[in-house]
Amino acid sequence: MSIAEFFKMGGYAFYVWGAYGVTLLAFIVEILLVSHKRKTTLQQVRLMLEARGEV
Amino acid sequence: MNQLSVVHLLVLVVRRDLLLAMRRRADVLTILVFFILVVSLFPLGVGPEMGMLRKMAPGVLWVAALLASMLSLGRLFSADYLDGTLEQMMLTPQSLSVLVLGKMIAHWLVSGLPLVLMAPVLGLQFDMPAQGLLVLMIGLLIGTPILSMLGAIGAALTLGLRGGGVLLSLLVLPLCIPVLIFGTGAVEAVASGLSAVSNLSLIAALLMLCLVFTPWVAAQALRISME
Amino acid sequence: MAINWFKYSAPSTFYGLAGRLVPWFAVPAAVLFVIGLYIGFFVAPKDAVQGEAYRIIFIHVPASILSMFLYLVMAGYAALGLIFNTRLSSMMATALAPTGALFAFISLWTGALWGKPMWGAWWVWDARLTSELILLFLYFGFIALHASIDDPRRADRAAALLAIVGSVNVPIIYFSVKWWNTLHQGSTIKFSGTSMHVAMQQSMFTLLLACWLYAVAVTLVRVRSIILERERNTLWVSELKEVGL
Repeated sequence: MSIAEFFKMGGYAFYVWGAYGVTLLAFIVEILLVSHKRKTTLQQVRLMLEARGEV
Repeated sequence: MNQLSVVHLLVLVVRRDLLLAMRRRADVLTILVFFILVVSLFPLGVGPEMGMLRKMAPGVLWVAALLASMLSLGRLFSADYLDGTLEQMMLTPQSLSVLVLGKMIAHWLVSGLPLVLMAPVLGLQFDMPAQGLLVLMIGLLIGTPILSMLGAIGAALTLGLRGGGVLLSLLVLPLCIPVLIFGTGAVEAVASGLSAVSNLSLIAALLMLCLVFTPWVAAQALRISME
Repeated sequence: MAINWFKYSAPSTFYGLAGRLVPWFAVPAAVLFVIGLYIGFFVAPKDAVQGEAYRIIFIHVPASILSMFLYLVMAGYAALGLIFNTRLSSMMATALAPTGALFAFISLWTGALWGKPMWGAWWVWDARLTSELILLFLYFGFIALHASIDDPRRADRAAALLAIVGSVNVPIIYFSVKWWNTLHQGSTIKFSGTSMHVAMQQSMFTLLLACWLYAVAVTLVRVRSIILERERNTLWVSELKEVGL
């Protein structure tokens, strides 16, 4: 099986790669969102503690 | 203070809520008008072809009833919550579940029963046969109490929240799907010459299930929202 | 070896444990994804009836299973939090919800892309697809209710009650939809042949495991953020080295 043939998926390329592509995209977006949330939460806690330290 | 029997308490709560509803008759009428309006919009949207309308009728009537009963749910506990009555009710020695059941019954009498009575008239707009109308009415008669009871859980959970109305629909509508399926299924069964008994008894089974569990669940939800 | 599990029911100790566990789930997840996809695309043969398009089910089936499984796990944690008043269980339920909804979405998306070449339509009112859609709505309800209540304690308890009511309803909804579907003569496609090829099973199972590991890893990271947010006024949070003051 050649590479071109593999990517054609017997004529179903749009469906197969559409399914796997969006799944991959969904995972990446979720991972980015989760790590972003962790960063912002840490920052918030830091800001809060700093504010409390100054008072 | 003498002990109130459960039945007496129920009657008391239902009478009180009905009295309050009768003082605000416009609210009851609004729900009914909404129901009629939604049902009447469908022929305008899909065209006046009678064959198609007859086929759509049970679904349209049921979905409209579902949406109409969502409208009044927000008020189920909120009026009592705002004037402090609900807090007093929770302090009484009587079971909160019974009080909640009373409120569910009153809600159904005010917002469910008018829909049941109005449905056959609207069914005629869709040229439904007499037998289909009868089954539709029976289905609505035993199905709309379920909507009131499941709705009470949602109303208790969203008590006093911003944008509670939309949220309430989002929570309650998915739970109502089985009732919708069996209710329209009953009418379709009759239309195709089958018996509607199996569908109707499934709704009745759901009604029994809800009767046993939802007052208690809604009471728990109220406790969560009020603490 | 006796492990004191109750030690880890405190958010402060679980925070550290979760942090250490994340790579143990994330790395195997990535490895298994690669292995599962390799088996699915290079080892498993072409299906006689469905052609290459059937390869979509290698991700579709695990996503569907997980979306339902995660709802039950979420409802279980929520119930624990409601009954025993353990804060960590409620936080876990909250952390699981978005991942569960994501899997429900993936299941619907891949189902549609599989349905188009198989059934000739993007959306078929098939019993399983319809129940999956309703499940997605149940997830949305849980997330929306939790998000719209400001007091975290009330939010946890209200959402927990909703999750429990929802999980009681899931089987009723599933059977009613299934019954409705057979009534309407819905088109259901059975897998060609009675026995699936071994490689197909292997691929599906590997990807199921990978998705599960992924879900655990993401949930653990998310629950760590939730713990920090809720416990930001405590001493142990201010002493954390990643907060670093």
